[in-house]
Amino acid sequence: MSIHSDAGAMSRSPAEKETRMTAGTWLAIAGLVLLAAVPIFAPSLQLLVNLALAKGLAVLGVTVLLRAGQVSFGHALYFAVAAYAGAFLLAAWPGADLLVVLLAGALGAAVSGLLVGLFVVRYRGIFFGMLNLAFSMIFWSILEKFYHVTGGADGIRLPRPSVLGMEMGRHDFELVLFWLTLALVGGLGWFTLRWLASPVGQLFRTVKTNETRLEYLGVSPRRALLSGYLLSAVLCGVGGAIMGVAQGVVTPEYAWWIRSGEMVFIAVLGGAGSVPGAFIGALIYEFVRVFASAFAGDVWQMLLGGFLLVIILFAPGGVVGLFERVTRRGAAKGEEAA
Amino acid sequence: MNLTIFLLALFDGIAYAALVFIVALGLTLIFGVMRILNVAHGSLYAIGAYATVALTGFFLSLGLAPALSFPLMLVAAILVGILLGGPIEWLLLRRIYDKPEVLQLLVTFAVFMILEDVQRLVWGTQPYFEARALQALGNVTVFGVTYTVYQLILLPAVALVLLLGLRFFLRRTILGKLITATTEDREAAQSIGIDADKVFLLTFIVGAALGGLGGALASPTTSILPGMGADMIVLSFAVVATAGLGQIEGAALTALMIGLGRSFAVYVWPEVAVLVPYLIMVLVLLVRPEGLFGSPAARKI
Amino acid sequence: MSAPLLETRNLMIRFGGVIAANDVSLKIEAGRNLAIIGPNGAGKTTFLNICTGWIKPKSGQVLFEGEDITPLPPRKIVRRGVARAFQIPQLFTEHTALENLLISAAAREGMRHPLRDLSRVPEREEMMHLLEMVNCADVAHRTVDELSEGQRKLIDIAVALALRPRLLLMDEPTSGVASSQKHKIMEILIRALAEARVTSVFVEHDMGIVGDYADEVAVWNAGNVQLRGTPTEILEHPDVIRDVIGEVA
Repeated sequence: MSIHSDAGAMSRSPAEKETRMTAGTWLAIAGLVLLAAVPIFAPSLQLLVNLALAKGLAVLGVTVLLRAGQVSFGHALYFAVAAYAGAFLLAAWPGADLLVVLLAGALGAAVSGLLVGLFVVRYRGIFFGMLNLAFSMIFWSILEKFYHVTGGADGIRLPRPSVLGMEMGRHDFELVLFWLTLALVGGLGWFTLRWLASPVGQLFRTVKTNETRLEYLGVSPRRALLSGYLLSAVLCGVGGAIMGVAQGVVTPEYAWWIRSGEMVFIAVLGGAGSVPGAFIGALIYEFVRVFASAFAGDVWQMLLGGFLLVIILFAPGGVVGLFERVTRRGAAKGEEAA
Repeated sequence: MNLTIFLLALFDGIAYAALVFIVALGLTLIFGVMRILNVAHGSLYAIGAYATVALTGFFLSLGLAPALSFPLMLVAAILVGILLGGPIEWLLLRRIYDKPEVLQLLVTFAVFMILEDVQRLVWGTQPYFEARALQALGNVTVFGVTYTVYQLILLPAVALVLLLGLRFFLRRTILGKLITATTEDREAAQSIGIDADKVFLLTFIVGAALGGLGGALASPTTSILPGMGADMIVLSFAVVATAGLGQIEGAALTALMIGLGRSFAVYVWPEVAVLVPYLIMVLVLLVRPEGLFGSPAARKI
Repeated sequence: MSAPLLETRNLMIRFGGVIAANDVSLKIEAGRNLAIIGPNGAGKTTFLNICTGWIKPKSGQVLFEGEDITPLPPRKIVRRGVARAFQIPQLFTEHTALENLLISAAAREGMRHPLRDLSRVPEREEMMHLLEMVNCADVAHRTVDELSEGQRKLIDIAVALALRPRLLLMDEPTSGVASSQKHKIMEILIRALAEARVTSVFVEHDMGIVGDYADEVAVWNAGNVQLRGTPTEILEHPDVIRDVIGEVA
């Protein structure tokens, strides 16, 4: 699979790209508006969508790395680090502000991302994927074993944070959290798109195709990879912190390899390397999971694994790729007709 | 630390290292020949353990002697190799040898996810214990420390036989030479008439069987429960990465190092015992990014 | 007299039993195009690899503008002004020709506009001009994967030129190109180098190309410079005719 190849988009003329981009922007805005209306028209789905979007942010982190041709089987590490950072902050300072909690989570993810990143950016491919897995398993063991600090397998409860100094009831708080999550999805999604198109992001992406040339441009491939790794860790962290606050409890399961696998799965499902695909994939995933758990709870991972194989072998572009293929075919037909 | 505790830690470490080495051997053999890291290897280990327990339980309930457990372990390992390893290589991996490394990793990861659920479907989530093979061999007392013959003598002996056997096989037999030739240059090997597909299939079956054998041999010494495969894949990866991917003798040494490090930590600072293998790995890789016995691959430009 | 642009002193390296650089001492003066010729395995590519820091010599030194650059990694040598083009083009295969150059410019400029879209950076004009210089403006928006080997070679060189180097080392700029195209590519190349005022060293097997485009020629044999002189001197030298040209023909 070319993990998302831009080849098609790039060979189009810039003007065409421009119109596509604005069309994409409108679609994204429409999607966000639609989601913003969920608490009003479908309040029963609010929590589900909120959790899906939080997971989508983490998936976006994995997606970023796919753009450099790297896959991490351990990004649940940052998800968990951030969630626990938020939990510790709230334990030490009950009623801390929601924004401060999220910021603490992002900061925790950034610091751990820098420490682990400095080590793992020396590797590519198999080693990169597996070393990330190893680090997440180390953290998971720490969470389980040092129970006097981490609460062990039971985890830590997060009391409800305040919002801009106000104590809120459950209903209001959940609404605020939902819209804040949506704003972060829009903001961080936009930022990630811009970053990937920016000179720094483009240098990061070249790690996938030619590190020799990168070195001979006077750029350190490790540093280029580290820049994206940090972004990916922070994105996972924000997702994890939101998840912790939304669920009100964090457990070592946050760092468990299945979480990491899930993120990779959704990233590939959504369309490996596609920014909107990360969120579309996460929404589809969570909905299917909730409705399938009734009759397929025991074989859930088996279905995921089987589906992953099918996507890789038969539809490497994921959902977004399928959509593009269908629309392009449609457009071609339209041109023929005209 | 008195002598008794020292010896206990030493024996624990050796027994543990022997098991980890057998599993890591399969992982590193497959990588060495096929350049594929099989994430599902951990599941093969777990299934080897489950299958052994099932087989032993069935045959021993018929009133047969506990000594029968040992051939049954071998049967379980071979079943894992042929019934799981064979189809995985034949149906899946064969399609993706020319694809990027990341993709190959994703495919074996998907297989891992599937096999983890298969275990739960077949054997449930309750832990199993089946220690009759362990009891059958009795104990031995060394310097006043009593330890099971199974762990102190049988496991290291099997590990050693496998290490020497594989070495001999790869270096001295025609089939082994065919395999190494294919590893070095697949196209050249094919051009002189070696059936690379068969070599890969065989290698994968043998590697998978080694994973299964590790599980089979581990089954009398531990409780068998979901999740053991995930722990083992990360641990055996730590061993082969520390040694250098594809290094067979190196894997034996690092398994011993990691096994001893872990078992001594159990007596000194139990909380960090599970972390010791990874600490060793990170420390080694910081100094030698290619592993202790790996050599950097220079890229031609 | 000022220091030569690039100077090597007593470079030594061996790979296994083969001596790839045997006491190589060479001075390269600014403003001239030096061709390196010699049989396969004489150590020509190794020499470029050592000069750019990809391979470290066992002993000896590389000096750029009088400063020792031997211990530096390639990226630091590049930043001092030594660029490199490759026998097999080293390009970003998922990016277009123009984007390859823009990325090179971004690397040179060091992130002055961190969040601007790469296609809108101020260096765009300059890079389009560079593409015109190497006759590839018409394929600016094509992914480099789709281009011919000749075009890829030229873009590989343009990517190096985008760094505004003072010295460009090229490994067989016309290899893998149809022989009818070789002279055309060299014409374009030499013109581009002159316009950008870049000194070049190029490894070349085609003696016709060497005769037509080099200002100076160095003959490599068994890991060292055997002869050095003007193209006419060298190409008519009996040893060269016997050892090098004989082999090629």
